[in-house]
Amino acid sequence: MISEREVESIAKLADIRIEKEELGEFTVQFNAILEYFDVLDRVEAAGEGRADLVNVFREDKVRPSLPVEDILANAGSTEDTFIKGPRVM
Amino acid sequence: MAGTYHFDAADRHNAFITRVESAAFGDGRLAGIPVAVKDNISTRGMQTTCGSRILKGYIPPYDANVVELLREAGAVIVGKTNLDEFGMGTTTENSGFGPTTNPHDPARVPGGSSGGSAAAVAAGMVPMALGTDTGGSIRCPAAFCGIVGLKPTYGRVSRYGLIAYANSLEQIGPMGRSVADVATLMEVIGRYDARDSTSYDRPYTHALSGEIRGMTIGVPAEYFGEGVDPAVAECVRNAIATLEGAGAAVEECSIPSMEYALAAYYVTCTSEASSNLARFDGVRYGPGVGTKRSWHDEFQEFRSEHFGHEVQRRIMLGTFALSAGYYGKYYAKAQVAKENVRRDFLRVLKSVDVIAGPTMPTIAFRLGEKSDPLSMYLSDVLTVPANLAGVPAISVPCGRVQGMPVGLQIIGRHFADEVVVDVAFAFEQEGSACM
Amino acid sequence: MHVIIGLEIHCQLNTATKLFCGCSTDYRDDPPNTHVCPVCLALPGALPRVNKKAVEYALRVAKALNLEVAEECEFSRKNYFYPDLPKGYQITQYDRPLAERGVVEIEADDGTPKEVRITRIHMEEDPGRLVHKSGRDRAGYSLVDYNRSGIPLIEIVTEPDLRSPKEARRFLNKLRNTLEYLDVFDGEREGAIRVDANISLEGHNRVECKNISSYKGVEKALTFEITRQKNQIARGHDITRETRHFNEGRGITMSSRSKEEETDYRYFPEPDLRPLRVRDWLDDITLPELPDARKARFVAQYGISHNHARTLTGDMKLANFFEKVAGDDPVLAATWVADTLLGELNYRDMRIDRVPPAHFADLLVLLRADAITDRAGVDVLRVMLDEGAAGEEMELPSAVVDRLGLRKAAGDEFDEVAAQVVEAHPDAVADYQNGTGGALNFLVGQAMRKTRGRADARDLGRRIKELLENKEA
Repeated sequence: MISEREVESIAKLADIRIEKEELGEFTVQFNAILEYFDVLDRVEAAGEGRADLVNVFREDKVRPSLPVEDILANAGSTEDTFIKGPRVM
Repeated sequence: MAGTYHFDAADRHNAFITRVESAAFGDGRLAGIPVAVKDNISTRGMQTTCGSRILKGYIPPYDANVVELLREAGAVIVGKTNLDEFGMGTTTENSGFGPTTNPHDPARVPGGSSGGSAAAVAAGMVPMALGTDTGGSIRCPAAFCGIVGLKPTYGRVSRYGLIAYANSLEQIGPMGRSVADVATLMEVIGRYDARDSTSYDRPYTHALSGEIRGMTIGVPAEYFGEGVDPAVAECVRNAIATLEGAGAAVEECSIPSMEYALAAYYVTCTSEASSNLARFDGVRYGPGVGTKRSWHDEFQEFRSEHFGHEVQRRIMLGTFALSAGYYGKYYAKAQVAKENVRRDFLRVLKSVDVIAGPTMPTIAFRLGEKSDPLSMYLSDVLTVPANLAGVPAISVPCGRVQGMPVGLQIIGRHFADEVVVDVAFAFEQEGSACM
Repeated sequence: MHVIIGLEIHCQLNTATKLFCGCSTDYRDDPPNTHVCPVCLALPGALPRVNKKAVEYALRVAKALNLEVAEECEFSRKNYFYPDLPKGYQITQYDRPLAERGVVEIEADDGTPKEVRITRIHMEEDPGRLVHKSGRDRAGYSLVDYNRSGIPLIEIVTEPDLRSPKEARRFLNKLRNTLEYLDVFDGEREGAIRVDANISLEGHNRVECKNISSYKGVEKALTFEITRQKNQIARGHDITRETRHFNEGRGITMSSRSKEEETDYRYFPEPDLRPLRVRDWLDDITLPELPDARKARFVAQYGISHNHARTLTGDMKLANFFEKVAGDDPVLAATWVADTLLGELNYRDMRIDRVPPAHFADLLVLLRADAITDRAGVDVLRVMLDEGAAGEEMELPSAVVDRLGLRKAAGDEFDEVAAQVVEAHPDAVADYQNGTGGALNFLVGQAMRKTRGRADARDLGRRIKELLENKEA
């Protein structure tokens, strides 16, 4: 069982916000789902899996980059050819 | 034979988010055939939203591999179909662009998450469509809408350009009116792509055969358990009897790992999704994000405003399942469980050629019926095991209950998509006792 | 009080393309966002592909630093939000890295050899670059350039085996040098190496120091931090276990207000990539001659001193230069390269690759043939380097010598000058014959003036003395 407070810190970690009005119901539903997941506690490995596909590589050859217009086309705001983002201080 | 296709079919079910009026096409296997593409698959120059407000207006500068293949084959991409936001849902009610309705009964859901593609085919707007299947998202709407839908073996169709929900589980797959249409479309998209590091070089090329004499069909007890509607169960049992009549042997079997398969599925897909969806911060695409406040504040506001509730819920579940102190209990255990499910299917498929059962435990729900998230998740119980195991699975219509379509699910060995398709074809040829 | 230091070093590998896509890594002179594709921009639906060469380079480093390479390793996602991280996660290696448990030998502060244990080496991608116009604190927003996003990095983590800032600097120099010898790294590229340091004083909490981007910076940051911690303890305060940022301009570490470091990264294996089983590639990797071996060979092959060998092999380009100019007299070459040329280059902030080896060899020929004095040699070198620094074409030393008339005076000319000087200063000659000591030096000085320093003082002295003796007789 996790608390509303813990739900809020998970939201913070995920850069999401659950509104105060919704927090109660959300937490109840969340806990119901987590309780369903408890069935996994009893799972024991039936054997070790070993990856069948390994060592998938690409050669170190230069491929054309996208034209800068394409890079900037979907961005919300740009300056020169930089993309603008929120501040970090 | 090149030309121009005019797409003027009326969309009475909100199947499309974006559609073209007309488009040019070239030569090829699918020359002039209108194909609908689920809106979580990137199309150059055409809006691609994943059914989400967070990508409204996003125009990819590149085509997904499957879209390149469609174009090369001369297909006409007539539009992008509606889906549960980012593929998260079983009804297409979670779309940021309104729900799609079921052509057989507009008061009911078409299934999800590829509800738009299924409805477009079922309503006769297009003969073929691409969907994606992470936990049943092709097979469920195929069953609910009475069409054919194939989830290929994991790795057989390139994921390059598929906007990721759960990377280790999902595949793009063909949907159509008939098994032949689905098989044709599979031949076009079932190709190796070096740009996808999880892609296998096992191209799909196959001439359909309805010959199933001598095959063994396994019927797992878990597919006919208490969660399955008795009328649906009976319809599917009759369908299996038809296959028996066509010369296949039928055997009871058991897949005990199905007890925890659904939990393993939801832990895995939400964990991967919580990471895959972290890139949606409004900086490089989507409606613009603010830049005045510090990044956590701006990102939080942007994401809370533009992601739907179910998406936020799954991101939260996944974030929790991966978090320090809980990783061992949830994510790590889910991987063990996933491997167990894979082994279970391998074991059963040693003694039988294919497994058969219902695709969904019920017929299509009414719109708004499943409001509780957990009860919604539980309806995926029959489809998720194939995703966990990575094996191919098809849904083919096998009858009606209360006037609504029911789907027969056939599951096969890894890379035996051809066999799965053949069994479905055989059934289609025989018809069904309750159809 | 015992100082305990551990380092985490990030080095950019000099492959042609990025770690997970085919964009060129040669981005430094180009405008922002001109070396970007759907993968490194993190467009929805893009997928990573592993650069084989980056893995080979990383293995080379693992082999050179004596690490054990894992039988199977994999990539993982490190999840956090930051404007320079387009996917919202960095693809790195977490619990199954490429290689672990190695060792590097350096000199301790007392000159004895010591081993610094390497905990692990793993591969990861660089994030993009943030720029803030007019000062970080005043800007309302960030400007993001994704050219750097996806550049291949290796991260090298040491055990806390270092005991002083100087030791740390020596370790870093050796590491940088080794990576350049392996030809996987270009230390001159801006930002190619970044260091995080963990420092504690014995018995007290550990402090992490991030954002150090130069070798000098490491020594400065560590020295500052040790002093800061010692002061804290002297005042009776505890050391807070925290992350601090190094401010290179002010030479100080500052408490980091960024919440980024408190994040739970929620590592999990990268589902878009397959595991790597590359341990057997080690058999096909032949390491080039590494610094220690090259130093030993220089001493043995060229007969130069250990000190010179250490200096010369301390930079691969310098070592290569030396071998090109060693010629017939490697000891002479070693002296002139290590003791003179290096100093002149540093003074002008010039790199060794600005000096054409043929030019320097020409100078050595002149010196070896005794055609010019050492003093003249230094002057010629300075003229040549100044030309280079000014962007002009460097003249050949022989050309400079001829142009400035610096060739040592030939024998006959000496005799004439000696005779002239003796003629011109009878008082000095008389002083000499009376036994006054300074007279000869005075005459030599006069003669040197006449030859404008081209003559060798001892040689002139000898001839003048001969003349004076003859006069007596």
